[in-house]
Amino acid sequence: MDEKKKILEMLAELRPEFDYENSSNFVEDGLLDSFDIVSLTTMLEEYFKVTIDGMSIVPENYASVDAILALVKSSKGSN
Amino acid sequence: MLCSIVQYLRQSASKYPKNVAVSDGKNLLSYCDLLANAEKIANVFVSKNIFKKPIAVMIEKSPASIAAFMGVAMSGNYYSVIDERMPQNRIEKILETLKPEFIISNNRNRKKAESLGLDVQKILYYEDLVANEVSADEKVAIEKTENRIIDTDILYVLFTSGSTGVPKGVIITHRSVIDYTEWASETFGFNHETVFGNQAPLYFDNSVLDIYSAIRNGASLYLIPQMCFAFPIRLLEFVRDNKINTIFWVPTVLSRVADLGILDKCDIDCLRNVLFAGEVMPARQLNVWRKRLPNALFANLYGPTEITVDCTYYIVNRDIRDDESVPIGHPCRNTDILVLNNDNQLVGIGEKGELCVRGSSLALGYYNNPEKTDAAFVQNPLNFLYRELIYRTGDIVHYNELHEIIYDGRKDSQVKHTGHRIELGEIETAVSSNKDVLNNCCIHNSQKDLLVLFYVGNAEESSIRKCLSALLPDYMLPNVFIKLPCMPLNMNGKIDRVKLQEEALKL
Repeated sequence: MDEKKKILEMLAELRPEFDYENSSNFVEDGLLDSFDIVSLTTMLEEYFKVTIDGMSIVPENYASVDAILALVKSSKGSN
Repeated sequence: MLCSIVQYLRQSASKYPKNVAVSDGKNLLSYCDLLANAEKIANVFVSKNIFKKPIAVMIEKSPASIAAFMGVAMSGNYYSVIDERMPQNRIEKILETLKPEFIISNNRNRKKAESLGLDVQKILYYEDLVANEVSADEKVAIEKTENRIIDTDILYVLFTSGSTGVPKGVIITHRSVIDYTEWASETFGFNHETVFGNQAPLYFDNSVLDIYSAIRNGASLYLIPQMCFAFPIRLLEFVRDNKINTIFWVPTVLSRVADLGILDKCDIDCLRNVLFAGEVMPARQLNVWRKRLPNALFANLYGPTEITVDCTYYIVNRDIRDDESVPIGHPCRNTDILVLNNDNQLVGIGEKGELCVRGSSLALGYYNNPEKTDAAFVQNPLNFLYRELIYRTGDIVHYNELHEIIYDGRKDSQVKHTGHRIELGEIETAVSSNKDVLNNCCIHNSQKDLLVLFYVGNAEESSIRKCLSALLPDYMLPNVFIKLPCMPLNMNGKIDRVKLQEEALKL
């Protein structure tokens, strides 16, 4: 499956009530709370088989699908 | 003699007027400002002759909400916190029980406040309340009202979850909070240089330690923005940047920070007191914190809302093994703990019993709910001579050989499995010693007599089994292992056992 589609699917699983495709910043728009960030991080780690470094868990890396994908890719590189 | 917590505010505003009283990182009130805003709010109720009445406060966690609490208390009324993010249905149930005389909200929550179906005359907005100055005559009237407050008057009513889905309003007096605050300040050495980093929501009574210990000592209270808890490195940076030296957080937050391996990535040497309560603190993660901050004081506090924040505490003063339970320790001052067995007799060392509490920390009961009050606050079974109430916590504990109290689990989490009486908490403690398990919760499916272990982490079932086999008898090994991406949490940030129970029953 397309990686971006998979990330959108994960987001929809966490918060089906939100429209992620029309948000410019998931964190600033309040689409992800602390609980969602923890869940999403675990889901990303499991699906993409990566370990996300604690220092990379920062708002800018969760702002958009592109940012999340970049986070996954950089985590792959560092594993 | 102190009769109300308002005296704390007056003393601190007089001694430390310019100190930061409360800040959320964006807005800030000095002690001088906090007193002025509290007086403006109190003035509205005093001028309307509203006294000893419930006032709901629905403002997001901010300096404004603290000023609203103080204003309500100063006017001789009592406050109840309504979280604006609570489901509408829950807010309505709380308001139905509380029947507030007024609700204080703010412009940001105007839409929500107006949707509650209350008489608009009953909704007051913080921005309007603090817009008007208080005249000299009005100040005299406020002080006269303040002098009418006695220490057994109510300070706040905090709503906790009820087993039937109807929230219960725990009634706490000025006396109980004064007693608790005096004890906490002396035990942990708080003073005007203490800087608190608050995590607990204001409807969760852990916040009572932060708020009143700060105000009592002229210390600074930083309300940490919620988003910092999503991004733990930001949380540590907030602690560092604001020179926070005292935190009182739930173990879930401390554990997550420890598990991410970021403690040594930020200079948090400013931390002097690391306090925790609200759920079981896993020893393994505690040890990570202790290693990082060898000079800080670590304390495990324990207590349900019904006994004013905490009734026991344990200052960690020895090595605790990763598979050991962190003790909940000893009674707080002016509190008596009775550990009673099924025959209502005091237990001996090693024997399990229900933790019951006696003292002025006890709530007056549940608001507008005499039946529930009578069931939980009962006559001390060891006293046949006069009326003396104790609160039965429903928590099972025992004394270890050092005479420290050890928490074993909830009375209702003591289950009968394959003919054996089992504490689910004992299984959870054993599981938490596995370094690849970040969090876990054990539930009993009574219909099929299955022990179901929900856990978060990279551990495989086989490795958890292997680890448990070394620590527990066979009959205590879980029958079903369910790995979750994360633990469901309730509104207080604790593991949502009700939700997991529902999941376990589906098996």
